[in-house]
Amino acid sequence: MEYESPNIIPILSVETIYDWLEEVKDPEIPVLSLVDLGVITQILIEGGVVKIEMTPTFVGCPAMDFMKSEILSVLKDHGAKDVLIDITFRKPWSSDLISDKGKEVLKKFGLAPPPATGVFSDIEILEHARCPRCDGNNTELKTFFGPTLCRSIYYCHTCREAFEQFKPL
Amino acid sequence: MSEIALKELLYKMADDQLILGHRNSEWTGMGPLLEEDIAFSSMAQDKVGQSLALYTLLLQLGEHEPDTVAFTRDAQQFHNCILVELPNGEYDFSLIRHFLFDTAEALRFQMLANSSYEPLAQLARKIRGELRYHTLHANIWINQLGSATEESTGRLQRSLEFALPYALGAFEESAYETELISSGIFIGEKMLKDQWVTQIETILQTTNLRIPDWKLIQPVFGGRAGHHSIHLSLLLEEMSEVFRIDPGAEW
Repeated sequence: MEYESPNIIPILSVETIYDWLEEVKDPEIPVLSLVDLGVITQILIEGGVVKIEMTPTFVGCPAMDFMKSEILSVLKDHGAKDVLIDITFRKPWSSDLISDKGKEVLKKFGLAPPPATGVFSDIEILEHARCPRCDGNNTELKTFFGPTLCRSIYYCHTCREAFEQFKPL
Repeated sequence: MSEIALKELLYKMADDQLILGHRNSEWTGMGPLLEEDIAFSSMAQDKVGQSLALYTLLLQLGEHEPDTVAFTRDAQQFHNCILVELPNGEYDFSLIRHFLFDTAEALRFQMLANSSYEPLAQLARKIRGELRYHTLHANIWINQLGSATEESTGRLQRSLEFALPYALGAFEESAYETELISSGIFIGEKMLKDQWVTQIETILQTTNLRIPDWKLIQPVFGGRAGHHSIHLSLLLEEMSEVFRIDPGAEW
């Protein structure tokens, strides 16, 4: 005998919310989820209300409002309607918060993932990023500033092509 | 904690960021090379975004909405230092101002990371990381152009001598200085200035640029109290032009 699985809305748990948020991607890097980007700094469920704390990668990031409305719409589609999103600097974003999966995804997308920030005090480290195409480090920093606040521009002498790096911060 | 003292501090920092952010944005499409065009445009975006975050702290303290504060005040209601409102001039002046101001700003946010006012301390801990890219950028160019050709060093030297009195004006003390220091909100302009002087000297030492005798430089004060040059009114007129056409417009 076969049972039809009833259309049950799963009980809200922090894990479920994280799973659902996998669907919300960085608007400028559409393969990277906000969870892997590390901008979701806390999720709590209190009395049926989902409380999400998020923080911008860069203070001047113009995508915050867009990300916020994307989160609300994805959670609403899953049936979570009582959602509060607080944008805060309580736990500031750093590129070290990008998950290993996120770094892998960035590389496949063609963006060099940021090196760990512990080494960032030394400008020498910034001068040679690993090329996301050939994996080599025969590269040269062209400028700290790129098409968005979170990217800098490098040139790979092996591939003879420019590439972008997600900035360490 | 004195709220007036805190607000005054936040206003002057937010106004500095907004006005210099606007000046930086004037390099968009005009930079001497593409990379510099992008650099000044990116720093503009950072600074305007940082000013928004500071105006938001003021909103939480009961002040008006950031857009209202940014676009509807008259020049005499702005507390930015005069240095940031001066026109961009040529690239050498913009670069010198960027170097002098951002060095001070990076130190200021470094100090504020330990502020007793926690919301400001949190924001400062974030902003100081972003500013490292600004100071790295300034230092690289000052280093290269400050020891390159006769023209590059000559231009930078003249701009440095012109900008220094205005740069010192950025450390104009607040009427609430003692309160800010004793309540642990901010370590004070005097301490900031001393560290800035050391930092500026260290970086310029490796170039052919020379700092005149500090004692002979007369600081240009006034900005913190709302006394500005004509350049600020002109800037504000342009910056708020679209806002004034339709203040309630949805973007």
